[in-house]
Amino acid sequence: MKVYEIKEILDAEVICGEEFMDRDVYTACGSDMMSDVLAYVKEQAVLLSGLVNPQVVRTAEMMDMQCIVFVRGKQPDQGIVDLAKDRDIVLMTTKQPMFASCGMLYEKGLRGGAMK
Amino acid sequence: MSNFKLHFTVPGDDFTRAGEASGSVKKTLKDLGFNPEIVRKVVIALYEAEINLVIHAGGGEIDVEISPECISMVLTDEGPGIPDVALAMKEGYSTAPDNVRSLGFGAGMGLPNIKKYTDEMKIDSTVGVGTTMYLKVYTA
Repeated sequence: MKVYEIKEILDAEVICGEEFMDRDVYTACGSDMMSDVLAYVKEQAVLLSGLVNPQVVRTAEMMDMQCIVFVRGKQPDQGIVDLAKDRDIVLMTTKQPMFASCGMLYEKGLRGGAMK
Repeated sequence: MSNFKLHFTVPGDDFTRAGEASGSVKKTLKDLGFNPEIVRKVVIALYEAEINLVIHAGGGEIDVEISPECISMVLTDEGPGIPDVALAMKEGYSTAPDNVRSLGFGAGMGLPNIKKYTDEMKIDSTVGVGTTMYLKVYTA
């Protein structure tokens, strides 16, 4: 799935990384616990989270994740946006809650990553 | 490639900066041309350990030695120490306060994650004195 398809499916607003919308995403992970995210293998994944702090971007950075979607309309502050820009990570926000967001992406064929 | 040494001081009072050292190590390893899978193993383990320094120990020091065969990491702190290392290694066991959980950590996955992503892991800890963690990831 392409990043721009995720934007369309979730009716999301792009906060930064507009130039990377053509990236491929193979798996997804929805979590507010960053240690749980770090416990799973995610190849070119999208992270959905209701947590808004710099560690969400750091976690995505360590995992080589392509894109972060903040659910329930959450908006990151400028420090978080600057960190994501520096790491070439796409940030989006959707008004959809976590459960619905995951379900909508799953319905369109996106799956979770395998446990290592 | 000769051995490469890096040192970082991790501040204990600024959660927003936690991960800076790990991010820097990631950049260095990528620039040196290490396999992306090795880089990921190193930085995930180091990031979890760096977060632990901030949330449990009031900061600490990180030393990284990079050779073509192995990436060695030593994390030292003067925090409260770990009374029962075996218990702390169990998935889901956590002593993190609620404010840490609200930041996305403290699920009791930190040490198990570190063990999972490293080839060698050793913890020396004395209550009231501090903790030193030795980590190694082999490249082959």
